[in-house]
Amino acid sequence: MIIYGYGNPGRQDDGLGPALVERLEGEALPGVETRSAFQLNIEDAQTIADAGTVIFVDASMTGDGPFAFHEIVPSAQITFTTHAMSPGSVLALCQDLFNPERRAYMLSIRGYEWEFREGFSAGASGNLEQAYAFVMEKLAECVSRVDGAVLSVH
Amino acid sequence: MSRKITIEPVTRVEGHGKVTIHMDDAGKVSQTRFHIVEFRGFERFAQGRPYWEMPVLVQRLCGICPVSHHLAAAKAIDVIAGAGTGEGLTPTGEKMRRLMHYGQMFQSHALHFFHLVSPDLLFGADGDPAIRNVIGVALMHKDLAVQGVMMRKFGQEIILATAGKKIHGTGAIPGGINKNLSVAERDSFLKGADPLNIEKMVSWAQGALDFFKDYHSKNKELIDDFAVFPSNHLSLVRKDGALDLYHGVLRAVDTDGKKILNDVDYQDYLTYIGEEVRSWSYMKFPYLKSLGKEKGWYTVGPLARLNTADFIPTPLAQKEFEIYKAYTKGKVNNMSMHMHWARLIELLHSAEVIRDLLNDKDLQGDNLVAKGPKKKEGVGLVEAPRGTLFHHYRVNDNDQVEMANLIVSTTNNNEPMNQAVNYVANWAFNGKKEITEGMMNRVEMAIRAYDPCLSCATHALGQMPLEIELLGAGGIMLDRKRR
Repeated sequence: MIIYGYGNPGRQDDGLGPALVERLEGEALPGVETRSAFQLNIEDAQTIADAGTVIFVDASMTGDGPFAFHEIVPSAQITFTTHAMSPGSVLALCQDLFNPERRAYMLSIRGYEWEFREGFSAGASGNLEQAYAFVMEKLAECVSRVDGAVLSVH
Repeated sequence: MSRKITIEPVTRVEGHGKVTIHMDDAGKVSQTRFHIVEFRGFERFAQGRPYWEMPVLVQRLCGICPVSHHLAAAKAIDVIAGAGTGEGLTPTGEKMRRLMHYGQMFQSHALHFFHLVSPDLLFGADGDPAIRNVIGVALMHKDLAVQGVMMRKFGQEIILATAGKKIHGTGAIPGGINKNLSVAERDSFLKGADPLNIEKMVSWAQGALDFFKDYHSKNKELIDDFAVFPSNHLSLVRKDGALDLYHGVLRAVDTDGKKILNDVDYQDYLTYIGEEVRSWSYMKFPYLKSLGKEKGWYTVGPLARLNTADFIPTPLAQKEFEIYKAYTKGKVNNMSMHMHWARLIELLHSAEVIRDLLNDKDLQGDNLVAKGPKKKEGVGLVEAPRGTLFHHYRVNDNDQVEMANLIVSTTNNNEPMNQAVNYVANWAFNGKKEITEGMMNRVEMAIRAYDPCLSCATHALGQMPLEIELLGAGGIMLDRKRR
């Protein structure tokens, strides 16, 4: 499994994804690989190619909060610059080029402030805590009793 | 009735571009404007911070070319730290930075070609937008798409080995670098398992050029006639006139090839370059002071660099440069779509430079940092993938930044992008009452040639839709397209 957080820590709540991943790195979870980036791009299709399950983690500007979690499917929706790809597009590229067998999920954590500044808004900090607890609980549910490795998320 | 067409990609935070095309009562294009929100707030963000933080701090500007900002800031801070103006570093310090920079150029140019350009070439400007993208390339031309992904990945791995991290790399520090390249790291790039080794990257870069040249030979009208307009061109060149993407002197040529900025020291850039503010755009319009605001605008990036440079100092790219220059009989090239050709020559050059550097034992040296008498002010320039990038800092007695000025590549290309959009609008929109997919894509193609940076380093969840509005006098909506 890969848990992949993306966003810019220098733009306040936009860094929620990498922040959650940073906390997970401290847990050294068996069978869980973590990744962080400013944003997703084409090489991430290869990055996730060998993972049975991928959880993308990003900040969200919409929604009620504290977070939303749902399965995502491949998507061919592409922006007109090289500056970003959506998780669905990365999934589609991976499926077409490397490996069609994979489940992918989106954990979107509600953020509120996006200026050139470090640190999260109070609301986003609380949402991050709740999202982290959710991920840990979810991972604990699906740890294999045989070898301790995480198998998949449902 | 006069009409206005607006093409507007909308983001959730900031950093959006908008194209507005004004039509007169006769249905002819009367005015076009390309607006971009840029990150002016960053310069205030830098104020009060210790100067040595700048090379790390500035990477937050862009998720695509953080290395360019990292190195431009580091070069400016070198001056303040007393390590000279780009030529005072130790051999290991300078070559590690060059390896980082050319790794960045390689991955960025590969990304641009395979992500943005190849879909237009493979499927045509009027192709189905559902497949005219990198996903469509993956479905229909899998080998090409795999090459794009792996070339990007190779460049990213070079960055990781030299900058230390993918996010907030720390490799370049005041006066040098904080690590050398281990033998194991070097060998992973020289002898890595196929395809992730430098020989394969050189070969694939040649293949990309062959692909483009073959397409060009069969589609001269699109490549040669699309968005052609006279321009000045500016870039760094090495002191002997060679293409150099990391360091050099500033040179500009006019549309006839005459030198209008003759290899000057970029520490004095304010003597030569001004920035105009226009009421309708957040982004400034740089210009050469000697020619004035109206005539002094210039193009930066691959097209400009191959117009200013006398030669390319690596053999395979030099051979391609000679073919490229022969096509215009040595004259200045103002064909926007030739930007892609120039970019691919630079892709090959970058691969060759990386190969040469990997075989240079200086990369395993231990003398990493140079020092000297401190100064209060420094300017750092690099040739970023999209063009010349300026960083300028002044510090106070407490070593805090009190002034920062950045001119990013997209700002330098502000007027050329407006010119390109204007050209396409006059070509495709005159007399039209509806916006077709092909018209919309042609405007995008003109913009894509420059791949402008739209304050990209913020990505909360979501997508960037593209919207076109056709408005009549009084703002009445006549047509609207969105995807």
